[in-house]
Amino acid sequence: MPFALTEQRERELDDILTRYPTKMAACIPALHLCQDQNGWVSEDVIMYVSTRLDLPPSHVKGVVTFYTLFNQEPVGKHQVWVCRTLPCALRGGLDVLHQCEKKLGIKPGETTADGMVTLRTAECLASCGTAPMMQVDKAYYENLTSERVDEILARLKEA
Amino acid sequence: MIRKTDFLTRTYDKPEGWTLPVYERLGGYQAVKKALGMTRDEVVNEAKKANVRGRGGAGFPMGVKWSFMKPHPTKPAYLAINADEGEPGTHKDRTIMEQNPHAVIEGCIIGCYGIGAHVASIYVRDELHLSKKRLWDAIKEARAKGYLGKRPFGKDYPVEVYVHTGAGAYICGEETSMLNSLEGKRGEPRLKPPFPAQAGAFGCPTTVNNLETIAIVPTVFGMGGEEFSKLSTLHGINDGGARLFGVNGHVKKPQIIELAVGVTMNELIYDIGGGVLGDKKILCAIPGGSSTPVLRPEEVVNVTDEKSPLFQWNGKSVFDVPLGVDTMRGVGTMLGTCCVTVLAEGTCPVLAMQNLMQFYHHESCGQCTPCREGSAWLDRTLQKILDGQASMADLDALGDIANNIMGNTICAFGEGTAMPALGFLRKFRKEFEQYVRGEKKGSEARLTVQ
Ligand SMILES: Cc1cc2nc3c(=O)[nH]c(=O)nc-3n(C[C@H](O)[C@H](O)[C@H](O)COP(=O)(O)O)c2cc1C
Ligand code: SF4
Ligand code: FES
Repeated sequence: MPFALTEQRERELDDILTRYPTKMAACIPALHLCQDQNGWVSEDVIMYVSTRLDLPPSHVKGVVTFYTLFNQEPVGKHQVWVCRTLPCALRGGLDVLHQCEKKLGIKPGETTADGMVTLRTAECLASCGTAPMMQVDKAYYENLTSERVDEILARLKEA
Repeated sequence: MIRKTDFLTRTYDKPEGWTLPVYERLGGYQAVKKALGMTRDEVVNEAKKANVRGRGGAGFPMGVKWSFMKPHPTKPAYLAINADEGEPGTHKDRTIMEQNPHAVIEGCIIGCYGIGAHVASIYVRDELHLSKKRLWDAIKEARAKGYLGKRPFGKDYPVEVYVHTGAGAYICGEETSMLNSLEGKRGEPRLKPPFPAQAGAFGCPTTVNNLETIAIVPTVFGMGGEEFSKLSTLHGINDGGARLFGVNGHVKKPQIIELAVGVTMNELIYDIGGGVLGDKKILCAIPGGSSTPVLRPEEVVNVTDEKSPLFQWNGKSVFDVPLGVDTMRGVGTMLGTCCVTVLAEGTCPVLAMQNLMQFYHHESCGQCTPCREGSAWLDRTLQKILDGQASMADLDALGDIANNIMGNTICAFGEGTAMPALGFLRKFRKEFEQYVRGEKKGSEARLTVQ
């Protein structure tokens, strides 16, 4: 079935379009709206954005492949991003990563068999002063301890 | 010299400090009235007097940048605010967006007026969801009051502010990449010239300011440019005012704090940061984001020219020199984003460099061969060194690779990769050689303090 945004998201996109002199400028915000709804950017999503914004599909695809946050394939219900960059690594960021790998039984880039969690590494997320940190979906978890990581992961497996 | 100020941070510890009523109660939205009562030229001149060096990393004087904006006969002008905050070790802009967003909005109104723009776009990296929300909420509050819209503060000068989000790409912090991203394209940097002031967003004259740069603007106009500049002990070398300083890594109290310019790295680490974890010695520190070359405490200022701004610190450790744009350049590094990353003795500089080169490898946009291939090659070679598989020729190759990136790329990402690489290589030659000779093992190297 071809992809379509919900009515409310359509209205949001209309509003976004008023902010820019070109339709192209709404490309990234539109892709975010679609991904929020669909979980990832499928070929159907690309066709939808292309038609909606009068852009060649190749342009939209080019944008999707450039930016790390656009999922080019389906992902788990939750996404866990562990920051691996130096300031976090200095405060145990890599231990957090290993703990997540062990608890979830997967490597970065993989999704748990039940489809609940995708694990990823992130590059510096501007929380170096509250390192180590990870991002789960849209929330930041900072000043992590190993107990806290266990707690967060346990909750994810349930919901 | 440590001198605390609270121009940006005064709302930080207040309940609902991010809302308009609290911001106004603490004196907000007064400076903008003053600025809107001036002519455009007066605004730019006042901004110049403040000696605000761009807070995004390059340290270009804000007022001078504003003065490049010339009215175009047919095209509108834009203000683009850079809140991509992706430089590893940088965690300051986020605090402003989350805890004092109205300073950003007020700064945008003054900035737009000063450069002749009616629209400001704040480019926020997508991951910062709370920042985006706080900015949007602030925009809505300001609109409801009529501070944004057709007649801000009764002045016939419409201003709109929007938040635009990226989608996870460090390179989009580079200003021309950011402009492409804003236009809905791949975030690939553009060749300069033309500079943004000539052809920026949508081909129109554009000023790109860092988020902290624009947020301090209301303070500048509130107290007067020169007064503001004089807060700094480096006022005499055009590095004025107060700014956010960060300290992270192996310190006891990592944090963001607002101080008058003039503080030294040692003061920041010991007096503000509470000293090094486990009371270890400092191995080295990165002054302002991973693209700025590392400094070691044993390094001593050595200038012979009496006219050099550094002359008065001759013979002292570079950690006792005030952190400023030109002082740090003078000691062979950069102030960058002014957030210091501290590494304690016992941590491995080779592993630290490999961590960072992995970052650059991952984030290169791939347009220029020296950057794309060079960053990957650096990463691979460092891994080889840590694995105990490298020869002295490999070690020497690292320097050659870095030198071949320098000056051969479209954007400054190339230098941002090569300069810190060369810094590590020069300052830790012994440690690299130990791995090559098999005296050290990568499996035993660590980055945390035990
Ligand atoms: C690779 C690269 C990444 C950058 N990232 C940022 C960033 O995240 N935020 C920022 O404000 N400036 C960043 N800059 C600097 C911008 O290009 C630009 O100089 C700055 O936003 C201008 O604002 P300012 O003069 O107020 O500092 C980056 C530069 C380069 C080369
Ligand atoms: S220097 Fe690197 S990041 Fe910059 S344009 Fe070239 S390839 Fe892209
Ligand atoms: S290094 Fe992890 S948030 Fe900056």
